[in-house]
Amino acid sequence: MIKLEGLCRDFQVGDQVVHALDHIDLLIRQSEYVSIMGPSGSGKSTLLNILGLLDSPSAGNYWLDDISTASMNDDELASIRQKKIGFVFQSFHLVPRMNAMENIELPMVLAGVLPADRRDKVAAALERVGLTKRADHRPDQLSGGERQRVAIARAIVMQPMILLADEPTGNLDSQSGKEIVDLMEELNNQGLTLIVVTHDPAIGNRAQRMVRMEDGRIKTDIQ
Amino acid sequence: MRFFDCNRIAFGAVIRYPLRTSMMLLATSIGVGAVLMLTALGESARGYVGQAFQTLGTNIVIVMPGRTETAGTAPGAMVGTTERDLTLDDARALLRSSAIRYIAPVIVGSSVVSQGNRERETTILGSTVDFAAIRQWTMALGEFLPNVDLDRASPVCVIGDVIRTELFGDEPPIGKWLRIGTRRCRVTGVLADQGTSIMIDVDEVVIVPVSYAQMLFDVSGLFRIIVQAIDRESMDRVRLDIIRTIKARHYGEEDITVITQDAVLRTFDGIFDTLTRALAGIAAISLIVAGVLIMNVMLVAVSQRTREVGLLKALGATHRQIVALFLTEAAFLAVLGGITGLCFGYLVIIGVSVLYPEYIFMPPVWAAVGAFMVALICGIFFGIWPARKAAALDPIMALAGRQS
Repeated sequence: MIKLEGLCRDFQVGDQVVHALDHIDLLIRQSEYVSIMGPSGSGKSTLLNILGLLDSPSAGNYWLDDISTASMNDDELASIRQKKIGFVFQSFHLVPRMNAMENIELPMVLAGVLPADRRDKVAAALERVGLTKRADHRPDQLSGGERQRVAIARAIVMQPMILLADEPTGNLDSQSGKEIVDLMEELNNQGLTLIVVTHDPAIGNRAQRMVRMEDGRIKTDIQ
Repeated sequence: MRFFDCNRIAFGAVIRYPLRTSMMLLATSIGVGAVLMLTALGESARGYVGQAFQTLGTNIVIVMPGRTETAGTAPGAMVGTTERDLTLDDARALLRSSAIRYIAPVIVGSSVVSQGNRERETTILGSTVDFAAIRQWTMALGEFLPNVDLDRASPVCVIGDVIRTELFGDEPPIGKWLRIGTRRCRVTGVLADQGTSIMIDVDEVVIVPVSYAQMLFDVSGLFRIIVQAIDRESMDRVRLDIIRTIKARHYGEEDITVITQDAVLRTFDGIFDTLTRALAGIAAISLIVAGVLIMNVMLVAVSQRTREVGLLKALGATHRQIVALFLTEAAFLAVLGGITGLCFGYLVIIGVSVLYPEYIFMPPVWAAVGAFMVALICGIFFGIWPARKAAALDPIMALAGRQS
């Protein structure tokens, strides 16, 4: 489903060119559970950004669902992100002035789904993450774990194929972190492709497939 | 993104930052309010002058001796034009025109008036009984000048209210003698307060028959002839009749100036119209300042909400959607500011109208509509750049809270 071929991403830092990603080849199938680990600066976040279509490679090819993303313009990329990819961030990225329900329906609002059609889906997503009673709470009225649950609900409300999580437990205590990983694993069991970037081996080692990166290259890829 | 969702999200941002929003509303509403108040002021001045002109009477034509013109000074030609006085006979001749209802010859001078041991200097107006009819004056006491022939210099006078209190105090003035210069005349009436009036201060005038004034000041020429046409339509005919009649009597010399009330009023109207528009323009500058403020506020909003923009992009928002969200927010601020400004402006105007009911103090409709539209257009126009700036953010940078 995801196919990377000779993927490079270079950054210009002063006079130097930094190869954040250096000829990455990677194939990820539907419903896989992949963790991407490595020290900071190893290129794992850059890889995740490219997988999430937030960034484009300097060279190489990225096929998503057998479609090459190289020739897409910004609006087409936005549309793919909207339909196929859900993001979970380390710092949650909830809109502070909106309550849980409004945050969750945001992707559907952008997609132009009518309010009547949104209601049931938001309710289902809230139930899925166990926050039905917190629907009208704003982020500052929720605990860290609850905020990340809202973010996960928002990521899955459009029923994407891939869930990309960037250090999803980085800002959480170990108990909430464990619950968040459990939740994401449940979603993976139901068929959602899960890709988690982390430097925490306790989390990374739970994945069925562990990709280890170093200096922009894939060092090990253990199934 | 649906239209109402865009509005809902933008409005959510407007109400969730109350301090920022109220500052914006203040700035825009001062601009809109200023346009309303200044144009109301201009209109009020125009109305005041128009009203003052009405006190002259309606359908008035004024005849003045002499003519303003550039005389030719070619060699051999006579230099300048002779100026002939306007006489009582000229005035009488005008009455032959069927389009003229009343004529009132006027002589104005200044003299010392006294009664008993009190005396003061005042304006003496020589005219006829018809003058009161033209000006629609009412009497507080007694009667106006007697209805007699123009030539008859009856020793009678009518006085204004200030003259009465200053010279007669509490005594009844009717039938008393009043000394004007070296002559005496009997007071037959006291004028009532006529409200605003131009040319003459009604309260401080002494009115005598026109031939009495000629005697008093030893003049034969008239200062003015006030003519009232029978209706508005015949004003032009009256003007031409006057010129023709006087020209014939002055041996073919057109040595008078005839002005119609309408022409003067139109001139003043034009001046005040320009004034009102200029005031509106000055006030509109404050709206542009408010627009710049909207731009500032929106730029701050974009940097405050950089992460939010990054998130929206990650969630699949297009360039156009982000522009729409920020632009709608700017438009909301402008519209709310405009509405607040209209309320605030009209509130002040109504307040002033209650305090000073004698003045009509109302802004013209074009000013209210225009101010609101300018506020809205400024808000949107100055919102474009911040909105585009937000939409152009790189999603990864923006998610990290950096603008570049």
